[in-house]
Amino acid sequence: MNKRIVALTINGVDVQRKVASRMLLTDFIRDELKLTGTNVGCEHGVCGACTILLNGESVRSCLMLAVQADGYEIETVESLQNDNGTLNTLQQSFKDCHGLQCGFCTPGFLMTVTSFLKENEDPTEEEIREAISGNLCRCTGYANIVKSVQRTVQSQRTSKSLTEPVCHTDHKQNETVQIS
Amino acid sequence: MKPAVFNYIRPESVEETLQLLSDYGDDAKILSGGQSLIPVLNMRLSTPKYLIDIGRLEGLNYIREEGDHLSVGALVKHKDIESSPLVKELCPILGEAIRWVGTTQIRNRGTIGGSIAHGDPSAELPCVLAALRGEIVVASLEGEDVLSPEEFFLTYMLTSMQPDQVIKEIRFPIMSKKSAFSFVEVARTHGDFALAEAAVILETDETETVIKAQIAVGGVNPTPTVLEEVEDHIMGKKLTDELLTEVRRMTEGNVDPESDLHGTAEYRRELVGVLVQRALKTAGERVKKGAGRHE
Amino acid sequence: MSKFVGQSVKRKEDLRLLTGTGKFVADLRMENMLEAAFLRSTYGHARIKGIETDAAKSLEGVYAVITSNDIEGEIKPLKQFDSHCILPPNLIEEIDPVINYNFEDVLAKRKVTYAGQPVAVVVAKNRYIAEDALALLKVEYEPLEALVNPFEAEKGDAPIIQEHMESNIQSHFLVQVGDVDKAIEEADYVLKKRLRTPRLSSNPMETRGVLANYDAVTGKFRVWSSTQLPYEVRSTIASLLEIPEESIHVTAPEVGGGFGPKGGVHPEEILIPYLSRMLGRPVRWIEDRIEHLAAARQSRDQIHDVEVSYKKDGTITGIKDDFIVDSGAVNYFALTCAYNTAYHLRGMYKIPSYQSKCRVILTNKTPNVPFRGAGRPEATFVMDRVIDMIARNLAMDPVDVMKKNMIQAEEMPYDQGILVKDGAQLIYDSGNYPDALDKVLEATNYKGFRKKQQQLKEAGKYVGIGISSFIEGTGSGPFESALVKIDLTGHVTAHLGSSPQGQGHETVFSQICADDLGVTPDQVTVVVGDTGVLPIGAGTYASRSAVNAGSAIHEASQKLQRKVLEIAGMLLDNEVEMLNIENGTIYAHDNPEMKLTFVDIANAARPSKSSKLPEGMEPGLQVLHYFVPPTVTFASSIHVAQVEVDKETGFVDIQDYSVVHDCGTVINPMIVEGQVQGGIAQGIGSALYEEVVHDKNGQVLTGSYMDYLIPTSMEVPTVKMVHQEYPSTRNPMGIKGVGEGGAISPPAAIANAVVDALTPLSIEITKVPVSPGYLRELIKEAERV
Repeated sequence: MNKRIVALTINGVDVQRKVASRMLLTDFIRDELKLTGTNVGCEHGVCGACTILLNGESVRSCLMLAVQADGYEIETVESLQNDNGTLNTLQQSFKDCHGLQCGFCTPGFLMTVTSFLKENEDPTEEEIREAISGNLCRCTGYANIVKSVQRTVQSQRTSKSLTEPVCHTDHKQNETVQIS
Repeated sequence: MKPAVFNYIRPESVEETLQLLSDYGDDAKILSGGQSLIPVLNMRLSTPKYLIDIGRLEGLNYIREEGDHLSVGALVKHKDIESSPLVKELCPILGEAIRWVGTTQIRNRGTIGGSIAHGDPSAELPCVLAALRGEIVVASLEGEDVLSPEEFFLTYMLTSMQPDQVIKEIRFPIMSKKSAFSFVEVARTHGDFALAEAAVILETDETETVIKAQIAVGGVNPTPTVLEEVEDHIMGKKLTDELLTEVRRMTEGNVDPESDLHGTAEYRRELVGVLVQRALKTAGERVKKGAGRHE
Repeated sequence: MSKFVGQSVKRKEDLRLLTGTGKFVADLRMENMLEAAFLRSTYGHARIKGIETDAAKSLEGVYAVITSNDIEGEIKPLKQFDSHCILPPNLIEEIDPVINYNFEDVLAKRKVTYAGQPVAVVVAKNRYIAEDALALLKVEYEPLEALVNPFEAEKGDAPIIQEHMESNIQSHFLVQVGDVDKAIEEADYVLKKRLRTPRLSSNPMETRGVLANYDAVTGKFRVWSSTQLPYEVRSTIASLLEIPEESIHVTAPEVGGGFGPKGGVHPEEILIPYLSRMLGRPVRWIEDRIEHLAAARQSRDQIHDVEVSYKKDGTITGIKDDFIVDSGAVNYFALTCAYNTAYHLRGMYKIPSYQSKCRVILTNKTPNVPFRGAGRPEATFVMDRVIDMIARNLAMDPVDVMKKNMIQAEEMPYDQGILVKDGAQLIYDSGNYPDALDKVLEATNYKGFRKKQQQLKEAGKYVGIGISSFIEGTGSGPFESALVKIDLTGHVTAHLGSSPQGQGHETVFSQICADDLGVTPDQVTVVVGDTGVLPIGAGTYASRSAVNAGSAIHEASQKLQRKVLEIAGMLLDNEVEMLNIENGTIYAHDNPEMKLTFVDIANAARPSKSSKLPEGMEPGLQVLHYFVPPTVTFASSIHVAQVEVDKETGFVDIQDYSVVHDCGTVINPMIVEGQVQGGIAQGIGSALYEEVVHDKNGQVLTGSYMDYLIPTSMEVPTVKMVHQEYPSTRNPMGIKGVGEGGAISPPAAIANAVVDALTPLSIEITKVPVSPGYLRELIKEAERV
């Protein structure tokens, strides 16, 4: 009962390890799976540095045992880059807007925002601030993080509107869209 | 900050859980979402021998309308309550209060049963449950008990649950369509524990006279507290500024907070008076507009 | 010609930090690595009667359990930092300082003097087992009277914390100019107040951490530490373990914030290398947040008793300040914060008579060290609350009192009549404070606010505006080093002694070097945070890197450029003055077809018999430069906060925050703005939320993030910024520091705004944080009057 097998999918890869039952999910990800992008800031669920996605939802990996994640799909900061290795829109926006300084809290913010923007594609500043309020940053004073999220929304909207005309030229497809 | 060694058990059913609890008693702790328990384990403030993970038990994850109340399974997560159309329709104050629970990440994992079992007097759900006169269904091998919040919450972080018991369900009475509500809370920083909070459900007749009032406060007594004296006092009256001031004074007389780092007893007493006054005022305005429930 | 300096060049650091591939200490893992955990004192002050270690030692997976007995005679105590204790003779003459020697054993010996102090260390297979072992250690303590109130601690009959001392007054000094007693005697009015600033915990999101590996074959130590000062870590390990510096190589990898307390050497940074040598295996220790909140060094914690003389028109004629610094159990930094407070207190104001008397007192708390602002937020809180109080006493607008006393542009450079800690005369080198005030008042729409405020107050909204200004001596010495070189591929590499924690050194310093060498920042690799190359370096603290490392890399690059041109001149058979470097190629104005690249020059300069060098020139394309600043250079800033107070609950909402600041030549505006905004967030924390609290036994009550409150995105507004650019006269590029500034003024600006919001109710804020409970007390007190 002290050890248990944990099988889960992380960043699209199936993994299986036998670990101590008391091992925190954060340590499982960092020490067992060697994905050290997820950082440990407080281990009592306040700072949000260890935020990951569990079946697409943001959670604090320091407040979960690895065994609790058995069977789940996990995404960490290492999953964000585009397939060709370039920064994704959110990461690029953080770079463009200087949304990070020391970078320690950054992976947590990126994961929180990744999940948030899936649920809210066009947030107000207040909604953005609320969404990131579970992540502490001691360097930036948050302003540029808010700006980075706004920039991401803007970029996503632009790229969407760029593809829209393609949709409109296809009359049938347009109808289908309306029906659904 | 790493948990001490424990034996981890993941029972397959409620029955098995109850058997385990009966076998291990005080040596065991129930783990559901873990959002309150794991910090305590990490700090080694609790070192249970057995950790019984009920997080994925089937049959405790539902939100159902049952007669005059909404039955919520113990394993329902805060975020599910937040997004539930049924909660919005039948018990909207719950949806409003839940947004004050921790942060998104906490609400994505934390369960309602865990929140209730933790017995934190500043927590939002116990306060709402008290105001609504809800019930807590607790089970053991001996059978089920249905407890009122008053029976359930004993004092700071202590409930009447026995070591062999587990929470199965929380029952939130369905709110009248004619009622309006308000939940107000203040915390030092966003997402931090409440300094004080107040939950108010209010109904008035066509002359704006109070015909029903349910008021509870949290964070200012060892347990969530229904302000019966205040409720009685405003019945049959109109919510004038004068009455609201009386309510504030009366509230102060009905709580006995303790001093801590974030506020003295005196400060909290006054604060909760202000919050009850404000919550009543808001609920009063909402009921007047007839739009309270859906805000 | 500056092509890149002044541009918001995107950061080179970001790619790795955004992809999770940057490596912090906790991300480094070596084969056979063991992990350490510390047993820390739970008492503020107690004698250690005995430590029972057998049970812990016999636990499977435990490799060592060490107490002070085990290291007796092997590790020297960690003493006060010499570099801060040695004062220039003229300063000694002027301020008559006393600094009593004090120190800390790396593991508590015989007694503990603060809660959080390391008492024993366990090394185990992993952190989980190490913590299991900690739980098995039994320490028998005999509690002693804990001194948590410095006024009690300084009394003659108080128990002595550092037992070799005669009292708990560790140091003191007196600095003065003019005749303050006469000023007070002749004044129209005298204001007398006691003002306090809270004890703070710096809380970088990355806690501290050390990894060490001792190689028995070479006798060398490899150490990675989350530090601001890798060179200081190296020299301290060397001196405490009595080994040559040469046998220690320290790297500060990615460092997740520092803010001051990571600038200094902690006991753990000595013990971990020691344990690695003892066990013959790599050993790592990562501080957890609970340890950080108790044991990582803290800051601020000053109490000022001020007497201020002023005239009916608002002119301040004198300030007499008697203040104490509650230093905790050890004072490592001598007079650093205390004297910073003393020499900064008058800020932008001309106050002819000034006396500052300070005592640094030991108490049973965690040692007090510099933290972003280092003595300046304390001084600024005192000065600007005083300005505000005087304005209210005289029924004047605080802006008018500021203007009345402010140093005028034409009076610059301005001599304040006392000395800087380095012994230089305290002369503000450049700036225009009245212009700054005008600019920030415009940015915040001060006049408009005042008009609107009356109506809002009548409607029951308690809105207020508060101002705070400061000057900041930035870029303190003693020096910084830079080595710039061009390799045989033509690539430029710069090594700096300075070591960042998020300030973007790799980016900003490559901008300077690129301009000087006629390349792009991409063509320059800046290497920082490593003692492996440069013989000595200083570090990043005290808003000093842009000034010192910036000047060092600039000077080194200029010298290298000269060398490149001289070699090119010879190869092209042309005058140096005729040559240009652009995009890494060198050509003459009059013959642009004939081009040379850095590869050509590097080959020509390669040490060999066939080197093609001008007569007498040494081969090689590398230049080492040590920049030694003449003294600090003065940045300045004014902050304006607009707040709304919920009078019934005591909550304060910041509605607008505007800033004007001058940090001289700006290297990278994007980074400068980031530093200012980030500093302000920490200042807001101090103004409204943060305070380390001890109980009467010296126990830390704010031991987790449930009780030590860090502001979130909901509490920190986006700041409006206005820039001034008055170049420093004390370094070649005109740079002034900016790292700390943001954190200095918010406590005063916000406190003043809260007072203003509640006027005409007359409340008197004398300390921060302005918590809702404290504010309600003040409101009630004022209402009773």
